[in-house]
Amino acid sequence: MLYRETGQFKTSYPKDQAIFPIAQDKAFILLVLAVAFLAVPPFINDYYAKAILIPFLSYTMAAIGLNILVGYCGQISLGTGGFMAVGAFATYKLMTSFPGLDFALIVILAGFVTAGVGALFGLPSLRIKGFYLAVATLAAQFFLVWLFNKVGWFYNYSPTGQITAPPATSFGVLVTGPEASPAAGYLFCLAFVCVFALVAKNLTRGNIGRQWMAIRDMDIAAELVGVQPLKAKLSAFAVSSFFIGMAGALYFGVWLGAAEPTEAFGINISFLVLFMIIIGGLGSILGSFLGAAFMVLLPIVLKTVMVDGMGLQAVTAKHFEILLLGVLIIFFLIVEPHGLARLWSTVKEKLRLWPFPY
Amino acid sequence: MTIRTKALGLAAAMALPFVAGPALSYELTVPLLTYRTGPYAPSGIPVANAFSDYFTLLNEKYGGIEGAKINYVECETAYNTQQGVECYENVKNMGESGALVINPFSTGITYQLIPKASEDKIPILSMGYGRTSAADGSVFPYVFNLPAHYWSGATVIMKYIADKEGGQANMKGKKVALVYHNSAYGKEPIRTLETIAKDWGYDLMLLPVDHPGQEQKATWLQIRRDRPDWVVMWGWGVMNQVAVKEAASIRYPMDRFIGIWWSGSENDVLPAGKDATGYQAATFNAPGTNFPLIQEILTELYDKGKGAGERDGVGDSLYNRGLLNAVATAEGLRTAIKMHGTVKIRGEQARDGFENLVIDNKRWEELGLGGGFAPEIKIACNNHEGSGAAAIQQWNAETGEWTLVTDWIQPMSDVIQPLLKADAEAYAKENNITPRDCK
Repeated sequence: MLYRETGQFKTSYPKDQAIFPIAQDKAFILLVLAVAFLAVPPFINDYYAKAILIPFLSYTMAAIGLNILVGYCGQISLGTGGFMAVGAFATYKLMTSFPGLDFALIVILAGFVTAGVGALFGLPSLRIKGFYLAVATLAAQFFLVWLFNKVGWFYNYSPTGQITAPPATSFGVLVTGPEASPAAGYLFCLAFVCVFALVAKNLTRGNIGRQWMAIRDMDIAAELVGVQPLKAKLSAFAVSSFFIGMAGALYFGVWLGAAEPTEAFGINISFLVLFMIIIGGLGSILGSFLGAAFMVLLPIVLKTVMVDGMGLQAVTAKHFEILLLGVLIIFFLIVEPHGLARLWSTVKEKLRLWPFPY
Repeated sequence: MTIRTKALGLAAAMALPFVAGPALSYELTVPLLTYRTGPYAPSGIPVANAFSDYFTLLNEKYGGIEGAKINYVECETAYNTQQGVECYENVKNMGESGALVINPFSTGITYQLIPKASEDKIPILSMGYGRTSAADGSVFPYVFNLPAHYWSGATVIMKYIADKEGGQANMKGKKVALVYHNSAYGKEPIRTLETIAKDWGYDLMLLPVDHPGQEQKATWLQIRRDRPDWVVMWGWGVMNQVAVKEAASIRYPMDRFIGIWWSGSENDVLPAGKDATGYQAATFNAPGTNFPLIQEILTELYDKGKGAGERDGVGDSLYNRGLLNAVATAEGLRTAIKMHGTVKIRGEQARDGFENLVIDNKRWEELGLGGGFAPEIKIACNNHEGSGAAAIQQWNAETGEWTLVTDWIQPMSDVIQPLLKADAEAYAKENNITPRDCK
């Protein structure tokens, strides 16, 4: 019906290699982008920005980053929270040392700082694999949080170790601090996520992405056909950390505005982002979006339905929310162990043949 | 089970009916960010119950505050800052009045909300927690931390210790250990204690405990090895009871172990049984049910089955602290309504009420909390804390009761003020705030 490819012929290689080879997909994505960039900002309020969309976007960024490392390169990492902390503290130091620096530049610089730290902690991956590597990255998580708690220089010697994001602008528009308009913060995060999702997509479709996947699927074979494990693994760690560092910058600067390392960047964040990519789909950029949406939006939807819709008490709703979220995670993983992105592609296959399946 | 039926089932589950409440006369929306779930629930539940009880009582018996009913809203955060932000955004525009005052009940969430709420013109009442330097109303016009903040608490505890040691001069060479929750909350007193240490010449040992605080073996082994003369604790939730039990297991003398007011509830000492006798904690409210208002809550609510929690919990130290918080909230709004001559106040007017809040002993009597329930509170533009006085309470496991062992002790303002000014100024500088002129 709506989803028929009949008559869409590819007449050149670039067309055949497009990200969205099917016209309907392309139209749909463009429509989503148009709505996100043009229709949402005039109507966005504080609640939608601060409680729903900005958290979703910053977690998406982190999920894309982790997906590059875990989903594409097969290196398990539990250090996401720690690397987000690196991004956040780099942001804080840059903001307080160079007031007036464009915030977009700060986010990118924070990404580079985190990429360096990530590559450093990626070194053990050259020698150890699987669960042992997970433990090494776990050490990174705890070490980094401990470091930001311990060394006063990182939080400018404030008495409590809290960091607060001062107001900063990007292209003349205020994006951080309490006075920033919700639309500005949202558009800033959206632009970053869209641009870098495209970058990630093209990286994973290109030479370097194929190297990562070769390492993931069978590292010995990959080495025999000429993939350098050192280059591939470290680049995966660096690129992944770059994204996670930017996510930390958005998370701290635009969304929370203040953070303390133990609470905002704890091991629970590492697990949360890992669950996002497992539920969304390992080795899929779309999966990062779907997983982040699932883990960020679902609790809020459940809460709103139960508290405002059904008039339950806040605490009862909370207990039900924990229960339902667990049930839904199990349900989706039973229906499709490969995550939401695979579920979508299965549905797509069926839609192509509908209404005459054979 | 085909994809279609699954999809239908999911759609049906999501499309639950939305019910809107009927429109009423002007209500005062007072939200509370609760945590009745999660690792800190034992500490969060009594506070939330006290809030709920007090506002139910005001609404049912006294027709609300100055004739306006209170719309009391709970939002569950599980003590988590991200959920706290979501809750704040959710409640801030509720009802016709919008949120009039925010009680975050978490130091971490308070830090998160200070810039935002100040921008949205909603006062934050972080009663005895939150950011200490917010006591400087010239930099933080919208934040209040009455009746005492952490630095006052730290100095009160040190004064008490010096008193026990027979004077400040005897503190030289003594060892004081601080066991603290490794978060902004737990780090709050460090600078103050260090400053006094320089002055008095005692050694300060810092022993952080990571969230949630179940694991303290190493901490107490260190205490056993170094034998500090006093242990001071800044704990919360499950961390407190674990610490008291560990202290008992290494036979640390309980009467040399003092917690801040958030480490002084029944939940913290009951698990250790008889061994907890003698443990002390600072407090700015008296425990027990011997107050007319609390008796009234028992007869009006609990006897009629309208109480929010268990009857046994009423009069516990955290319940009473929650009650003090609820009373301060209501009195601040009452002051605001009287000042502006209308019940139709919003956050901005509510702020004026808190800044001019006075609860003297006469007013405590009128509220049914006379006879030393809490010290007098007097807020001013340059002082959002009040007196900062606190007392020390001691636990007796035989009777299962806390008793106050001192009068209200005044804090060491000479130590606190310069630190407070410095921190507030640093914040103002970092965030481009021009301090108000407090005449």
